[in-house]
Amino acid sequence: MSENLIEVQGLTKKYGEFVAVNGIDFHVRKSESFGFLGPNGAGKSTTMRILAATSRRTSGEVSVLGRDPEIHGPQIRAHLGVVPQEGNLDVQLTVTENLYIYGRYFGLSSKFIRSKIDDLLEFAQLEEKRDTKVDALSGGMKRRLIIARSLVSDPDILILDEPTTGLDPQARHILWDRLFRLKEDGMTLLITTHYMDEAEQLCDRLIVMDKGSIMSEGSPAELIREHSTREVLEVRFGSEQNVRMAPAMEKFCDRIEVLPDRILLYTEDAEAVLEEIVGAGHSPKTSLVRRSSLEDVFLRLTGRSLID
Amino acid sequence: MTLLGTTRKVPKFGARYVLESQIRAMLKFFWLIAAMAILNPLLYLVSFGIGVGSLISQHIGPHGIDGVSYLTFIAPALLASSAIQSSMDETIFSTLEGFKWRKLFFGMNATPQTGNTIAGGVFLAAMVRTVIGVSVYSAILYFFGAMNSPHAYLAIPIAIFAGASFGAIMLAFASHVHNEDLFLTIIGRFLIGPMFLFSGTFYPLKSLPSALQIFGWISPLWHATELGRYATYGHQISVTMVIIHFAFLLVMLVVGLFFGFRQFSRRLAK
Ligand SMILES: Nc1ncnc2c1ncn2[C@@H]1O[C@H](COP(=O)(O)OP(=O)(O)OP(=O)(O)O)[C@@H](O)[C@H]1O
Ligand SMILES: [Mg+2]
Repeated sequence: MSENLIEVQGLTKKYGEFVAVNGIDFHVRKSESFGFLGPNGAGKSTTMRILAATSRRTSGEVSVLGRDPEIHGPQIRAHLGVVPQEGNLDVQLTVTENLYIYGRYFGLSSKFIRSKIDDLLEFAQLEEKRDTKVDALSGGMKRRLIIARSLVSDPDILILDEPTTGLDPQARHILWDRLFRLKEDGMTLLITTHYMDEAEQLCDRLIVMDKGSIMSEGSPAELIREHSTREVLEVRFGSEQNVRMAPAMEKFCDRIEVLPDRILLYTEDAEAVLEEIVGAGHSPKTSLVRRSSLEDVFLRLTGRSLID
Repeated sequence: MTLLGTTRKVPKFGARYVLESQIRAMLKFFWLIAAMAILNPLLYLVSFGIGVGSLISQHIGPHGIDGVSYLTFIAPALLASSAIQSSMDETIFSTLEGFKWRKLFFGMNATPQTGNTIAGGVFLAAMVRTVIGVSVYSAILYFFGAMNSPHAYLAIPIAIFAGASFGAIMLAFASHVHNEDLFLTIIGRFLIGPMFLFSGTFYPLKSLPSALQIFGWISPLWHATELGRYATYGHQISVTMVIIHFAFLLVMLVVGLFFGFRQFSRRLAK
């Protein structure tokens, strides 16, 4: 009995002649954490903006919370929290002031907002920075503040466009922890990312997008099962040698991918394949046995790496 | 089926929340704005009103221009130009700030606010600043004895009206701007400069060669100045001209708001 908070059919967005989103279909259920994984220019932000009722679509059907964002934009936006890819905090105001004015845009009373600010600051771990100008915050702090800001109106759906891009690993982990808490509290999350680890950690279900189209859809585990093998063996023969060694490597498994710096061998048992390779007299400079990830799914689906 | 609860509504008259945040932003520059509001009139009054004014009364007589003292003559023009200046500053910079420099409008637009409410809030904030600026200015004029014609106070609403008209036009222009350097150069060099020089501010427009009088005709400042002089000390103009001056400013206001609001909405919904 899970209801769909978002339903999208044949969504297309053109900028002039250029097709940024090309007839995509998907739906998002209540309390689901739904991801959009794709490289630069895949159309993730464009899709997000249309769902957030801040951009008009060219064609297709879109329903957010049961209504058409093009007709009921303000009503829908009253129920959304949005974390845009490009920060748009008011850097001349303090942390608290930013939370406050944003709440006011929703028409919330000063009293209500003030009662929420402490919780939001705690959530964003910015209690000590409450009266600091946003100018003086680090990238990670700004990102956390934008997320806190998006929560000021108690949204039903939280839309996050690349929440952790540009952050160092530690800052990303702090953010993931915050988002994970929201997910546990039953918040419906929409997350775009080009980090497969982020998608794997946070998303119940995701679509892989490339050049405006959906390449595949499913849970991270399903996608890996469907499009990749259980394990991957990475071998490096040195930059010049990889391409030359590729034909030889093909014999050891069903599928390989040759990247500039390494060869990936897709197999159910990577250890065994490595033994065979060494047994056959090849000597890779380094080798790595690992489980398949969404990166491999993406490589399979598009022939390209996620981060270019 | 609709899943939208009734708990959260779109706020009524959302522009007031945008107004509120614009004023908050203005307060960050309170001292700068206050200093400008006070120093500007002082500079003009001392240099023109008193300097030029005493020259005129020495050489032409105390009722040298238009049958009134020079201060009385320039007061409505100074008020209107200050109103135009503050509403222009506020609409242009808030709009560039919001669309380009800090992209604040895109943040506002992720809430129930719309292009219309945002444009409305920006315009209202410019009007708040204009009203305050004009009030301070007229207090200083009063102190200098430049507001002692019987209906001098009428210059205040007329100046505010002129500020609203010009602010509306600038809101519309600025909302279309993608290359702000070019825009600001054009505005500063080719619009504002000539407008202040050729609008009959410091001497009657009639004393200019007729080719240059055209600048006055297309200048809201001239129309406002003529209206102000008519209202404050009975400057001789025909009823037709009064209507033309008024209509000019009104059309500017309506056209500016129409195109401004429309472009705000379009640009935010790309
Ligand atoms: N306002 C616009 N005008 C013209 N083209 C646009 C506009 N916005 C996006 N595009 C184009 O649409 C395509 C998709 O852009 P979009 O921002 O949705 O990609 P994305 O998946 O979010 O990429 P990234 O990972 O870089 O954020 C890109 O080729 C982009 O150049
Ligand atoms: Mg993007």
